[in-house]
Amino acid sequence: MASRVGKAGPVAYAVLVVVLVASIFPLYYSFLIASKDNSALGDAVPSLVPGGNLFENLGRVFDTVDFWLAMQNSLVVAGTVAVGNVVLGTLAGFAFARLRFRGGNSLFLVVVGTSMVPTQLGVIPLYMLMSDLDWYGTLQAVIVPALIGAFSVFWMRQACEESVPFELVEAARVDGCSVLRTFWHVALPAVRPQAAVMGMFTFMTAWNDFFWPLIVLDPNDSPTVQVALSTLASGYYTDYSLMLSGASLAVLPVVGIFLLLARQIVGGIMQGAVKG
Amino acid sequence: MGWWDTKYTPYLAIAPFFVVFGIFGLYPLLYTAWVSLHDWQLIEGSQGFVGLANFRALFVDPNFWNALGNTVSLFVLSTVPQLVAALGLAALLDRGLRGRAVWRAGVLLPNVISVAAVALVFAQLFGRDFGIVNGVLGVFGVDPVDWRAETWASHLAISSMVVWRWTGYNALIYLAAMQSVPKDMYESALLDGASRWRVFWSITVPSIRPTILFTVIVSTIGGMQLFVEPQLFDPGGTATGTGGADRQFQTLVMYLYEKGFRLFDAGYSSAIAWVLFMLILLVALLNFTLTRRIASKG
Repeated sequence: MASRVGKAGPVAYAVLVVVLVASIFPLYYSFLIASKDNSALGDAVPSLVPGGNLFENLGRVFDTVDFWLAMQNSLVVAGTVAVGNVVLGTLAGFAFARLRFRGGNSLFLVVVGTSMVPTQLGVIPLYMLMSDLDWYGTLQAVIVPALIGAFSVFWMRQACEESVPFELVEAARVDGCSVLRTFWHVALPAVRPQAAVMGMFTFMTAWNDFFWPLIVLDPNDSPTVQVALSTLASGYYTDYSLMLSGASLAVLPVVGIFLLLARQIVGGIMQGAVKG
Repeated sequence: MGWWDTKYTPYLAIAPFFVVFGIFGLYPLLYTAWVSLHDWQLIEGSQGFVGLANFRALFVDPNFWNALGNTVSLFVLSTVPQLVAALGLAALLDRGLRGRAVWRAGVLLPNVISVAAVALVFAQLFGRDFGIVNGVLGVFGVDPVDWRAETWASHLAISSMVVWRWTGYNALIYLAAMQSVPKDMYESALLDGASRWRVFWSITVPSIRPTILFTVIVSTIGGMQLFVEPQLFDPGGTATGTGGADRQFQTLVMYLYEKGFRLFDAGYSSAIAWVLFMLILLVALLNFTLTRRIASKG
């Protein structure tokens, strides 16, 4: 893999450094403003050295909205969605990869096809459905529709094809294991690494979601972190240190997970792209 | 167990996906069509069947045309630079690089940040009085731009968020495709004395055509549904969702949101949803044909 289309020269590195700085700068800037007093924002080109008001600004975030509750709600939502996708996605992925059944291939094509359906456009009936179920303002309104998705099924099917040999499944069957026991004791342990990455990935996606929680949760009552952020932004005058303190807090868990798993997440995206 | 188990358990295993998708994905989308044919209030429910009246009203609604224009403008401004930059970035990442993992993770980082947080940060960067973009422009003697008040300026600022967030992601997708191009194709071309630029256009781009097509379709669907970035770009206006005082950056999904969840006109809002759905199909189809034609000429 070393030199494919020739080694990169100094110009290539220079361009990449610029791209990297551009990638990181808005995040750093967010933290920067979060650490300053609002009055320090008047400088035409602000100093790039953090100020000393970080904890004071963070405190104001918790005073303005119930950010602890929002954090807790986001944690419950993202955690449940991640676990649901791992278990249900692996189950379906295992069935598509390693069980033979009539219509299996065409049903899998249907799964892939559904990812093209713009679900965002169905929000009106979805909202009415949630009102009918008395789920408005509750976390299950955000959790249940996201419990499993085409992406998880697709991803875990690939994982099972890579890591669960047919022989292993057959051996378990010969020993009298039911399909579900085979899944639980043979398939799930074998795909643990891929399932972990996918779980983290769905966690991040659920944590970051905004549009649907904005509609179905009561912004004054029990929102998620992202909806709470929009509340911070809608004050009478724009309080940037407050807004960006909240934004910095909201991205912290996701950046943490990303830094831990960057290699696997990058690998996963590239792998999915080639096989997809 | 036994016969029953092998025959039916597979269907049981894939059932959760189809149940969840059916109830929370497909049913709402189809039901939207039904609602769009009614005078339907979000809370009170149907006030009677009105046929295509919502659609007729839509086509003479200046706010609809305004939102449509904004959506197309934002979509073009964000998709084209994003994909072109991603292609160049991928070509750079495809060279022999030191510290490969760091560069790849670095370009993907913006993609994992929540749109809500990104929008707030960019709202600050593009502030009229205290924003750093105007600050830097000022150093070069350019007068401060009111990024929210002017149509073109607000579109540029909002597009920059989309470009920032998605360029690296698309670059990695292109990179993956580039790495499966056979190496000897490059070697023989370089032996024949082709320039790097020529190799890129004559070998790399045609070889990854299906991938380019894929990213064009996906970003079309995403671009036509732009919502959070413009919605939060105007921090004070979040509650109304009109995208600026003169609706200068209100997109179709924002208009759908305003009609449906601020003014509770579910029927009208559903009509917008269906027109948008048709538009997405149309633009995706158009892109598909265009990209295929352009790419096959290369």
